[in-house]
Amino acid sequence: MQKSLHIDPSKCTSCLQCEMACSFENYGVFNNSLSRIKVFDFHHTGAKVPYTCTQCDEAWCMHACPVEAIKLDKTNGAKVVFEDVCVGCKVCTIACPFGTVNYVAETGKVQKCDLCGGNPACAEACPTGAITYVDANWTGLDRMRQWADKLGNQPA
Amino acid sequence: MAWTRKILRVNLTDRTCKSEPLNMQWAQDYLGQRGLATKYLVSEIDPKVDPLSPDNKIIWATGPLTGTMASTGGRYSVVTKGPLTGAIACSNSGGYFGAELKFAGWDMVIIEGRASSPVYLSIENDKVEIRDASHLWGKTVWETEEAIKAAHQDPQVRVSCIGRTGEAGVLYAAIVNDLHRAAGRSGVGAVAGSKNLKALVVRGTLGVGNLANPKEFMKVTYEKKKILKENAVTGQGLPTYGTQVLMNVINEIGAMPTRNHKDVQFEGARKISAEAMHEPRESDGKAQLVNNQGCFGCTIACGRISKIDQTHYTVVNSPKYWGASGGLEYEAAWSLGCANGVDDIEALQYANMLCNEDGFDPISFGATIGAVMELYEMGVLTKEEIGIEAPFGSARALTFLAEQTARGEGFGKIVGLGSKRLCEKYGHPELSMSVKGQEFPAYDARGVQGMGLTYATSNRGACHLRSYTISSEVLGIPVKTDPLTTEGKPALVKAFQDATAVVDSSGLCVFTTFAWALSDIQPQLQAACEGDWSMEKLDLMGERIWNMERQFNNAAGFTRKDDDLPPRLKNEAAKAGPAKGLVSGIDKMIPEYYELRGWDTEGRPTAETVARLGL
Repeated sequence: MQKSLHIDPSKCTSCLQCEMACSFENYGVFNNSLSRIKVFDFHHTGAKVPYTCTQCDEAWCMHACPVEAIKLDKTNGAKVVFEDVCVGCKVCTIACPFGTVNYVAETGKVQKCDLCGGNPACAEACPTGAITYVDANWTGLDRMRQWADKLGNQPA
Repeated sequence: MAWTRKILRVNLTDRTCKSEPLNMQWAQDYLGQRGLATKYLVSEIDPKVDPLSPDNKIIWATGPLTGTMASTGGRYSVVTKGPLTGAIACSNSGGYFGAELKFAGWDMVIIEGRASSPVYLSIENDKVEIRDASHLWGKTVWETEEAIKAAHQDPQVRVSCIGRTGEAGVLYAAIVNDLHRAAGRSGVGAVAGSKNLKALVVRGTLGVGNLANPKEFMKVTYEKKKILKENAVTGQGLPTYGTQVLMNVINEIGAMPTRNHKDVQFEGARKISAEAMHEPRESDGKAQLVNNQGCFGCTIACGRISKIDQTHYTVVNSPKYWGASGGLEYEAAWSLGCANGVDDIEALQYANMLCNEDGFDPISFGATIGAVMELYEMGVLTKEEIGIEAPFGSARALTFLAEQTARGEGFGKIVGLGSKRLCEKYGHPELSMSVKGQEFPAYDARGVQGMGLTYATSNRGACHLRSYTISSEVLGIPVKTDPLTTEGKPALVKAFQDATAVVDSSGLCVFTTFAWALSDIQPQLQAACEGDWSMEKLDLMGERIWNMERQFNNAAGFTRKDDDLPPRLKNEAAKAGPAKGLVSGIDKMIPEYYELRGWDTEGRPTAETVARLGL
């Protein structure tokens, strides 16, 4: 079964545990500026929204890469940057409509979410369930349950 | 490394910035944040220095766990000699600024001297500049953050700054970061203002790495986060209701200081409680509360984000206040509400927003208004003098005076002096509900006896956060004690004071201690920090920090007589509730406390105590 990251912004408190877990998993440091998931805190509405790569099937970044440095991990559907191949041309950062692949000046390569090889650290770290790693075919299950509850599970 | 091992020393008079190595022996003895910054401060300034003179220094300090995945690991402290009290001042804030400073590679920033014109400090990792801030002077906290982010073309910078009250020298001006988190008490903002320092602006991309034992650190911090999640207070009460969870609890036990401590229960408490924040309003059908927010790394998330009623008289013509904003925490709801007898929750939220917007402490401000209202009712202060009729319960007077104080206009200038100076000015010093010049927070010393001793002996003037014995006396954490008795309280207060000094030096939030004992923090420190971090070492360290602060205050001129409560709490019995008929037993507790502390009868640490603690 393929899984995907599922984000429920209404549960996010902007604690940034996910960003720290991401940088620690990938670089061994707590450094939010290196995180591949970002939490956006919209002050005027109070909304807090974690955002990261959705692993598009027809991934713009993968198709745009002139050296084939971004490849599909068939075990989990992640589009993975191979740093030893990446030449740092940044074309993928232009191609991605969502901004979720970014250049890292310190390494001269790009980086994006690779689902941590199938065990995403952000989802593990999230204390509120705002970020979960669930059946890719059923990311709507929770919302369906809520509406099913409204429709048919109220006391008569 | 848990410490970056680097200090940034900035002299505003000479306009110089230099990096120096952190004294690692001191780090072993004083940990970080409150303890370590205080060690630097007391070693470098004359205790008798005028707090608002160039000879005072002000330190922004992180702890070893700041910027890590330990839950709540985002705190920083601002340490200086405080202008409200003349005592040591150490105010602690959350938000995201502290971690950013650490990520930029600095354990602390020591500010010296006074700039000849307004400046701000820009820190981008090791690139540090003192920049002109004349265009920011006169701007609010919110305007300043917006202007700086635009000028830097970087929405990711973090800003810790003062508003107009800090510039004007309001004696309880705060330093605010991330719009509505504050190093709130004792007037640390006025010290920054006296130095012509508007802001610290930080972007840090170096991160925190090379902990002593990273694998163990991740394991133990995950285990400890689980404890927070499963605990009723940190896992449910605080995230759902915030600190406001206390409003009805404290009112019921008759420990709610009301109308300048004339009463101990507030009939309007229900209307300004956490529950009220959740209820849909008549005007727009929406609740005031929008959601909760965590500070950096915090898995509790007690912070309240609220929206004011747009039809309320305070904001009906001011759309800039209509958006979501930091909203009523218990202390502010109490000080702006109960202390003045005001039960209009929207008025409280407006006054609270002004405190954030222009950076002043809602506790001291609200408590000062309590004194103003009592003086008004006595006829000592008049409508002409104040600019408005100001009886207890007047929301209009509260919000008018909040505006005046924020802008430094009219009677707001007098309110900005705090209740001690204000009450002295009008011939009634006994009406200032304060210790060492700093106003009480939201617990009545008659209804919770341990808090009386907490206030009287707090090194920064009246404060609940130096030893929050409410945990034990009201909530039963770690064991229930009787709030109405003085028995056993000196030992309880001492234990809380020492443990809290360690928490405040670690980079973590004291709210974790509703679920964690110091023994839950110890393994997190052990995994992060080089060296041995036994419980014995931490216990001794807490006591050492407390006594260091005390020695500073003694040298600054504080004596036994300053460890006291206003006559009202000692002579006027609580009128209602479980504490009815009781006064504070402070005079009974002090001698026992001194003895437990190893102090002489004048409250000075004995030679033996000083030697035992290695001071």
